[in-house]
Amino acid sequence: MKSWTPVCDYDALLPERGVCALVGDVQVAVFRTHDGALHALANRDPFSGAYVLSRGIVGTRKGEPTVASPLHKQVFSLVSGRCLDEDPVEDPVEGAAEGAVEGAVTVPVYPVRVARGRVEVSV
Amino acid sequence: MSRIVVVGYGPAAHRFVETLTARGFDGRITVIGEEPRPAYDRVALTSYLSGTTAEDLTYPVPGGVVTRLNTRVTAIDRRAGHVVTEDGGAEPYDVLVLATGSAPFVPPVPGAGQAFVYRTIENLDAIRVAAKDAAEGVVVGGGLLGLEAADALRSLGLRTHIVEMSPWLMPRQVDEGGGSVLKSRIEGLGLSVHAGAGVQEIVTDAQGRVTGLRKPDGSLLDAQVVVFSAGIRPRDELARSAGLAVGERGGIVVDSAMRTSDPSIYAVGECALAGGMVYGLAGPCNTMAEVAAEQVMGGSAAFEGADLSTKLKLLGVEVAQFGAMDGALDVTYMDPVAGVYKKLFISDDARTLLGGICVGDASPYTTLRPYVGRPLPAPPSDLLFTGAGAADLDLPDDAQVCSCNNVCAGGIRTAIASGRAADVPGLKACTRAGTTCGSCVPMLKQLLEKAGVEVGKSLCEHFTYSRAELFDIVRVREITTFSQLITEHGQGRGCDICKPAVASILASLHNGHVLEGERAALQDTNDAFLANIQKNGTYSVVPRIPGGEITPDKLIVIGEVARDFGLYTKITGGQRIDLLGARIEQLPEIWRRLVDAGFESGHAYGKALRTVKSCVGSTWCRYGVQDSVGMAIALELRYRGLRSPHKIKSAVSGCARECAEARSKDFGVIATEQGWNLYVGGNGGFRPRHADLLAKDLTTDELIRTIDRYLMFYIRTADRLQRTAAWIESLDGGLDHLREVIMEDTLGLCADLDAQMEHHIATYADEWQATLDDPDKISRFVSFVNAPGVPDPSIVFGSERGQIRPVMA
Ligand code: SRM
Ligand SMILES: Cc1cc2nc3c(=O)[nH]c(=O)nc-3n(C[C@H](O)[C@H](O)[C@H](O)COP(=O)(O)OP(=O)(O)OC[C@H]3O[C@@H](n4cnc5c(N)ncnc54)[C@H](O)[C@@H]3O)c2cc1C
Ligand code: SF4
Ligand code: FES
Repeated sequence: MKSWTPVCDYDALLPERGVCALVGDVQVAVFRTHDGALHALANRDPFSGAYVLSRGIVGTRKGEPTVASPLHKQVFSLVSGRCLDEDPVEDPVEGAAEGAVEGAVTVPVYPVRVARGRVEVSV
Repeated sequence: MSRIVVVGYGPAAHRFVETLTARGFDGRITVIGEEPRPAYDRVALTSYLSGTTAEDLTYPVPGGVVTRLNTRVTAIDRRAGHVVTEDGGAEPYDVLVLATGSAPFVPPVPGAGQAFVYRTIENLDAIRVAAKDAAEGVVVGGGLLGLEAADALRSLGLRTHIVEMSPWLMPRQVDEGGGSVLKSRIEGLGLSVHAGAGVQEIVTDAQGRVTGLRKPDGSLLDAQVVVFSAGIRPRDELARSAGLAVGERGGIVVDSAMRTSDPSIYAVGECALAGGMVYGLAGPCNTMAEVAAEQVMGGSAAFEGADLSTKLKLLGVEVAQFGAMDGALDVTYMDPVAGVYKKLFISDDARTLLGGICVGDASPYTTLRPYVGRPLPAPPSDLLFTGAGAADLDLPDDAQVCSCNNVCAGGIRTAIASGRAADVPGLKACTRAGTTCGSCVPMLKQLLEKAGVEVGKSLCEHFTYSRAELFDIVRVREITTFSQLITEHGQGRGCDICKPAVASILASLHNGHVLEGERAALQDTNDAFLANIQKNGTYSVVPRIPGGEITPDKLIVIGEVARDFGLYTKITGGQRIDLLGARIEQLPEIWRRLVDAGFESGHAYGKALRTVKSCVGSTWCRYGVQDSVGMAIALELRYRGLRSPHKIKSAVSGCARECAEARSKDFGVIATEQGWNLYVGGNGGFRPRHADLLAKDLTTDELIRTIDRYLMFYIRTADRLQRTAAWIESLDGGLDHLREVIMEDTLGLCADLDAQMEHHIATYADEWQATLDDPDKISRFVSFVNAPGVPDPSIVFGSERGQIRPVMA
């Protein structure tokens, strides 16, 4: 059974911007895209090791919703957490990132939903 | 390892050492030159009189090369293997390269010692001084260099005569018909041409001052300045006295490897006699230098002679010559009214192009030169009369496109096809084509177009427009939101490339708050939090300190804020103070204190005006001629907050000593006795560039109006992340075009540009003040949306030299 943690009001989220929530000791980046959908990724940028993905620019790549790391601009899919830039280097901080698809750097994706106007994530 | 000594430090010597170092030569290279500076662009020498500085003309010395300037070599001791310098020193060599160039020929007529020559920067300085008290000048020699010297005298305000021995001007480049057209064009400019005339003596008065030039027929031309430009003589004296073979009429004899009669001595450039010829053009001299460098590195390059084609614009008249100057058949187009003369030489079967001459319109040179020795691409009449067809020509791969640097069409195509070059600057960087005289640049553009290079115009996958086009769309259609723009003119929902670019365009045009409404989502994290993100996710704070001037009280406030929030403090390279290590939730508290003390955002995070640096200026400095601090502050306050394609930096110096480094800035101002000189397009950074002089001795009002328009024109037309340096280089027509647009208003844009700047100034408001006043915006400055007071536990500091430093997990 998943446990859901409420983090904020849905209305507090600006379209196409992220926020970060602290759930236990996990930092979760929550994004609201233009069509109103929600996505949640780990906040840690695997390339720099800094906890900053929630502050990246939200957009699309060939239709897929994305966020670009604010530090060195690698683009991640909001759906799969996968880095969409060609030849991403290995996670320089911890070697291959957790849950990496072969050859690609991927950040963890978390379930997210709206319940009674509140955004909830599950980690 | 081997020691190479180069004698002479002109363009050929420069190309030699540059090629050698680029190939990774690991021995010792010493260049000994008699002039007081390293090699400079002699081809562009005349521009020195119109404001280009000696530094601009001077080539950078390649790393590792030892130079001895102001030093003449007086002898070569081949037995000992060293050269002797005039101070009596000896420089040992394993390989010696003579690059001593040539000297202007001065005929041995009475009074010749009082005349000038036209070859070095010092020569020009001397001519400039002499011209101050002169009304008339004569140039002896009506060839390429003579006409250039005549143009120089004219630009110095002298009534100018040209005396040429041959029956017509430029006898080496044009035939009699071309010469007569050239003569009438030049006379039309107010110069007088005396062809078929020689010099009997230079007449001087009792004090030895020049008063005129007497022709062999006894007639006298009044002149206070006489310049000889009647040919060159190779400087082979060192070689001659060292017993090396020299030609009968001068020049150091070399083989195709550029080796002299002593195999450890090479000669390159204008001093060399290669295949029985002395070459007086930069292109062949460069090729010789490259060949010698290859040889020294063990390669097998050879110099096989060179194309003597020339194209130049003298006194505003284009003159060009390529290939042979005669042939079995010729086709001539002549328009004496327009002053145009074009002639092609063709083989007797009327199929092969042998050469051509152009006066007044050099377009056949550009389009047809690569066809020399090949079948004509179209009937000669089409080629000469309409100019049509020429643009569509398909050049064979081995046709030479750039003769200065010996680059063929095939080389250009390969560079384009391999993706190494996608525009003219790219081609210049990877093939060198177009980097010397520039006359092949139109050809490069054509080859790019023919290769189907869409010159990288689309911003990203969401917009097929360039930034400049988007700017116009937004302006003309009065678009105010990203959503409207992307729905009507783009696709998808944008990305980290187009969103900040559009945010910047909207800000340049409307100047609303960067975090207002939908715009908040367009900003890079730096603009989103009005601070610069650092490697550990903290931010830096840089308050504006206009002109670098600050009161002690304000300094104390900065110190107190830094101490109270535990920030790392550093003086920046931009004359202000950076406070680093602030967590998001601290930013509003920090700025509350700074704003209360009268500080504003410094936009260190934005693509916007950064700083206007200043020097001490006339208020304090014993050299200052204007108040540079006051001007810097005025400019910084005028343009603060102006969003632009890339950051904009500026500086104001109080005199020509230039302590504020204004010439490394996007716009730099240097005080003069009469007002202000304005320089544009400077850059430090990745690719440093000295700024160009746009206008001299401006009044304060003229200065400000010119900068207003310059900045607005840049903002309208530059590409995303294109600094002004690259923008100016990419402007069609360059600096002249810029001057025309913003100073002469040839496009009728100025009123618009002025209005736009007025709008910016009238609507400027400090971003931080406005953010602090808006609870909605401030509420976003938290590390965690569900725990606003909690600091980010991943941010950890250690300490270094008594201050904090980030520690990464
Ligand atoms: C703070 C400072 C270094 C210092 O401690 O002295 C600095 C810091 C940064 N510079 Fe700089 N530059 C600083 C003066 C300069 C200078 C010198 C100057 O302005 O007199 C230059 C060369 C001059 C020039 O720009 O032409 C300079 C050339 C660059 C460049 C290369 C620009 C180029 O055209 O090639 C970048 C990269 C960029 O902008 O794309 C850059 C980028 C950066 C960034 C913003 C990199 C980044 O994105 O994080 C650095 C931000 C660190 C931070 O957050 O504080 N910085 N940077 C200086 C701030 C001056 C100020 O008060 O605003
Ligand atoms: C005004 C002008 C305009 C020109 N325009 C064009 C043009 O449009 N197109 C074109 O192709 N070419 C042009 N040229 C020609 C071009 O500049 C030369 O072909 C080129 O400079 C030759 O280079 P170099 O290094 O062989 O000789 P130089 O440039 O003469 O350099 C030789 C250097 O060696 C030094 N030297 C000589 N002897 C000694 C010694 N014993 N000890 C120490 N140092 C010594 C000299 O002082 C000099 O600095 C122009 C030349 C001039 C003067
Ligand atoms: S640039 Fe001139 S006025 Fe300014 S500080 Fe330097 S010497 Fe003084
Ligand atoms: S032909 Fe002179 S630069 Fe190319």
